[in-house]
Amino acid sequence: MTLIQFKKFDESRPIYLQVIEAIKKAIIRGELKPGDKIPSVRELAQELRINPNTVQKAYQELEREGITFTRRGQGNFVTEDQDKITSLKQEILEKIVRDFIDELSSVNLNLEDIMEKIKEYMKNEGHSNRKFR
Amino acid sequence: MKAIVIENLGKRFGTLWAVRDLSFHIDEGKILGICGPNGSGKSTLLKILAGLLRPTRGMVKIYGKNPSKHTKRVVSYMSEIDYLYPWMKAGEILDFAASFYEDWDERKRKDLVNFLKIEEDKKIRELSRGMRGRLKIALALSRRAKIYLLDEPLSGIDLSSRAKILDALVREYRGQEETMIISTHLVREAEPLFEEVIFLKEGEIILRGDADELRETRGKSITEIFLEYFI
Repeated sequence: MTLIQFKKFDESRPIYLQVIEAIKKAIIRGELKPGDKIPSVRELAQELRINPNTVQKAYQELEREGITFTRRGQGNFVTEDQDKITSLKQEILEKIVRDFIDELSSVNLNLEDIMEKIKEYMKNEGHSNRKFR
Repeated sequence: MKAIVIENLGKRFGTLWAVRDLSFHIDEGKILGICGPNGSGKSTLLKILAGLLRPTRGMVKIYGKNPSKHTKRVVSYMSEIDYLYPWMKAGEILDFAASFYEDWDERKRKDLVNFLKIEEDKKIRELSRGMRGRLKIALALSRRAKIYLLDEPLSGIDLSSRAKILDALVREYRGQEETMIISTHLVREAEPLFEEVIFLKEGEIILRGDADELRETRGKSITEIFLEYFI
């Protein structure tokens, strides 16, 4: 499987957190569907050239959060619990918005300016026709 | 379980203390990065762990035992020095090592030779530095050791060979019962592999911690933290 988002790490943040985020985003984008097998620890560690123990730590956390589950001897799978996936979407969306607002408030933009900028951007870039699920 | 325990370790050469008063331990199954500039004591420390140098003072335990013939059986050490005989063929060196070590695994050797694209028929003098670096890694990783000590596996090697060596390390590392210590001054390339790091300066530990925890608490990469300490 290709998890393109993984390719670039920000080494100033814990790597295991970035593995967790990348898996969550892959689930939200539908690249990983409920019941899908996620890459094995070894596969992912090799693909990303990172410590397998770091991947293992991320997988344990995903399982603890109920986003994945383990089938003995078969590997890790995406939860089939639709509510979990819905709340995951919510969680990621909130995080994106929070980071976005934080970034903008650090350059002293008010809400009106921000909304205006978004509208302008969407219009110019032709994003208005893009699907938002 | 603790794979290695070191207490108040010191090593003196003449009047110079290459390693002064080191104390730390490594749990089994971890990859530890030892980072420091040249002359910080990295090689001396690894040689002591490999049983090639005797400590001047302090204690070293490998699975509870002093470094000796017995610990050498479970420790695979890769020297920083280019020690390969130029007239030998790559394959002959691998065969020689195979006959020497009880824990040599021919399957791992074949896999590594294949993966690292090592030409066994070539003489060492015909190999590039990068290729010699790949061969040294293949020699160290073809053993089924419990502890791997890799001294500067990336140093003086071209970019593509460095990438290939890092890939081989991730591929071959089995975790759990395998412990790896990698010394390097090329922190940027190696840091994604480290679970724990130690910064060594003039024979002393100036920083030690879990790599992701350091990133979390300082908001910086290990490379950036390294530069703060050494520039």
